[in-house]
Amino acid sequence: MPGNAVVETQGLSVHFGGVAALDRVSVAIAEKELRCLIGPNGAGKSTFFKCLTGQLKPSEGTVQIRGEDTTGWNPHEIARLGVGIKTQVPSVMNGLTARENIWLAAKRRNTARQADRIVAETLDRLKLGEFAGTEVVRLAHGQRQLVELGIVLAGKPWLILLDEPAAGLTGEEVQRMVEVIREMNTEASLIIVEHDMHFIRSIAKIVTVFHQGRVLIEAPVETVLADQKVRDVYLGRKG
Amino acid sequence: MKTGREILLTAIVGFIFMFALPLLLSHYTLTVLTAFAILALSLGFVWGYGGILCFGQAAFYGLGGYAFAVAAINTQMPWLGFLAAILIPAIVAALLGAMMFYGRLSDVYMAVVTLVFTLILFKFMNTTAGEAYRIGSARLGGYNGIPGFPTLTKPWNPTDYLYNESLYYFAFLLLIALYLIVRLILKSPFGRALVGIRENELRAELMGYDVRLLKTVAFTIGGAIAGIAGCIFANWAEIITPNMFSLGQSSEIIIWTIVGGAGTLAGPIIGAGVLGYLKIALGENSGLNNFFIMGIVLIAAVLFLPRGIFPTVQSLLSRVSLGRPRQRISRRRRSRAG
Amino acid sequence: MDYAVVVIIEVLYAISVLALISAGLAVIFGMMRVINLAHGEFLVLGSYAAIFSNRYGVPIYLAILVAAPLAGAVWGFIVERLIVRWLYGRLINTMLATWGLSLAMMGAFVMIFGNTQTGISAPIAGFTVGAYQINGYNLFIIAMAIVVMAGLYAVMKGTRAGLVARAAMQRPDMAQAFGYNTSQVYMWTFVAGSALAGLAGGILTPIFGAIPSGGANYIAKAFITVITGGASVVSGTLASASILGLVYQIFTFLSTSVVGEIALLIAAVVLLRILPTGITGRFLRNRV
Repeated sequence: MPGNAVVETQGLSVHFGGVAALDRVSVAIAEKELRCLIGPNGAGKSTFFKCLTGQLKPSEGTVQIRGEDTTGWNPHEIARLGVGIKTQVPSVMNGLTARENIWLAAKRRNTARQADRIVAETLDRLKLGEFAGTEVVRLAHGQRQLVELGIVLAGKPWLILLDEPAAGLTGEEVQRMVEVIREMNTEASLIIVEHDMHFIRSIAKIVTVFHQGRVLIEAPVETVLADQKVRDVYLGRKG
Repeated sequence: MKTGREILLTAIVGFIFMFALPLLLSHYTLTVLTAFAILALSLGFVWGYGGILCFGQAAFYGLGGYAFAVAAINTQMPWLGFLAAILIPAIVAALLGAMMFYGRLSDVYMAVVTLVFTLILFKFMNTTAGEAYRIGSARLGGYNGIPGFPTLTKPWNPTDYLYNESLYYFAFLLLIALYLIVRLILKSPFGRALVGIRENELRAELMGYDVRLLKTVAFTIGGAIAGIAGCIFANWAEIITPNMFSLGQSSEIIIWTIVGGAGTLAGPIIGAGVLGYLKIALGENSGLNNFFIMGIVLIAAVLFLPRGIFPTVQSLLSRVSLGRPRQRISRRRRSRAG
Repeated sequence: MDYAVVVIIEVLYAISVLALISAGLAVIFGMMRVINLAHGEFLVLGSYAAIFSNRYGVPIYLAILVAAPLAGAVWGFIVERLIVRWLYGRLINTMLATWGLSLAMMGAFVMIFGNTQTGISAPIAGFTVGAYQINGYNLFIIAMAIVVMAGLYAVMKGTRAGLVARAAMQRPDMAQAFGYNTSQVYMWTFVAGSALAGLAGGILTPIFGAIPSGGANYIAKAFITVITGGASVVSGTLASASILGLVYQIFTFLSTSVVGEIALLIAAVVLLRILPTGITGRFLRNRV
């Protein structure tokens, strides 16, 4: 396993004051894998996610991305490894147009001319062409989610971290999102934090379930959904 | 191609103003207003585009003035002073900026640090009256400041000083040049990334931009421009005093920028010109206290003109001429800029 | 030995002055996330109120302890209704508007009172410790600082008003749901902070007098003390006032008071560099 793991955490813990939001979590994700992280509110999945992206510094433990120890790195350093990140609340540059948003992401690693080409490709791929010149602040929620996805794609990442990509989307938009994610998975490994069970069912392969800061179970999606412990956790029968 | 045309157009407009303004006001008054305009341009860039609200832009302005005077006295070569007036404030801004941005200070804390930094310089310069406080052969002179330093000369004739008319044209050409430079910076990938950071710092970071570095660079550029403004002021006044570092000076820069319109470059320049002139005119027949008027102007601007005069007029004009209403994004834009 | 007593009193005095001039700003910042940059002028206003009410026959202690805070409160009320309430939630805009207010008040003082220093003499005589002369009024200031800080703590921890205020600041929506009018809570908090500013101005009048431009000196120190202290009103202010006051006094002893002030400013910047959210942002969290 460790041989082809692209992301591997060991004994990852985060303490807020006296509370352990994350308690000795060790997870490994393989090349080209699509891994979903689920769990009830406060289970620690978002904390785990933020440790991967560099938004949080773990209290203990290590994070390795493609063999590189990235524990305590800044977000921009992690992004520069070729990691695309989408946060929970759509994080876009509100006052800029969709095109400018995506251009900035593409320009980081490319010349201006290449960036222009990548922007055109990305807008096309996400069918965002007609909104390209609109300030992002005026777009609907679903469109903003797509713009953020475009930002992620424009960086040509080999590892993509998505935090609740389906949140607040309409049924049709979720379907579109599923397609985009499947397509992304042909070129990149994905780690997705998600709440929406319907979404999980239609996309997940291996699922890691978080509960009270720890990994409750890690198994193929069918096994997880059939698991009694998982059901208990979600229905709240045992705290 | 497009950029080239814009540069040409801006230069033409700039030249028209440069030659038209002396029909209205004296070269002497216009020179100091131009220095103010350059100063406002520096904050307009740092705050309006970099999203960095610096309460102490006066620090770099004063440093520019002092660097010029001290270097000019010591070398007797005023153009070396000019260079020092760019470099010293830039270096100081780089250090201060690095400390703030790598320390991840938030808005309020940044305001405190920049304000405090200005205060320290102000207090320190006021205490340098003694003989012991000298740099080379230049005495710092405490609250009396430094008088009688050699001023800028025409580069091709070191005995021909730039003053009054020639100083005005030199200052205004500098203003046009700096405006164009800032425009070009904003068009460059660096400038675009800077605006991106202003819009959403986290997103820029997740894209892989080193926010701390880019902000430090922007702050440094702002410091250098403010230093040039200080140098022009020193050449105009032919004396510099610690008042260049005062809180009053800092607040005026912010007032010019706000009233003119943060988030534009022309706005702060116009704001500095108009309000700077207003202050001089009111100072001559003073029934009302200057601070009182500036204070009321600032309160009114924050409450009633959150986008500043220039952008408001601009959108009114475009509404009239194009006959289509533009969506108002005023409040949001301002709070972001802050 | 005598020298040690003098030094201790001087240090306590420096800390007390910082705590007094910061208390009002700390209440307003800690509870409302509003920075009133006209805070210094509020103190000067308190000083003028004390001086002029005393001149027109009000006994000195009443002038200092009642007239000054009253003037602060009334002016705070007007300012909150006219300016501050439109800007809640927009920290930078409030700072800018109150900076304008600061300039306007300073200008108004010059127009009304003239650009000169006025004052009242201290009502307490000095005394000597061994070979050293001690200003008796300094002890009064130390006592008042203790009273103000203890009073603040008691009000916030022990009274219903304090509880409502704290609740409204933490969760405005919840407080509203419980039937409290948050806009009223904000208003009275601002008035209380302004009254504290006026009180501090009154108490410090015999030492510093009143001068139109005096606000700049107060605000710089208050602003720095509060921000360095962080969000907790009493413990934050006390902690930073103690550190900064100590630094100031040590450097004043070693050199001059100007060097002391510069050292204070540098100490504040260094502290913020180490603790970017203030002392209570890191330690003493969840204290009042």
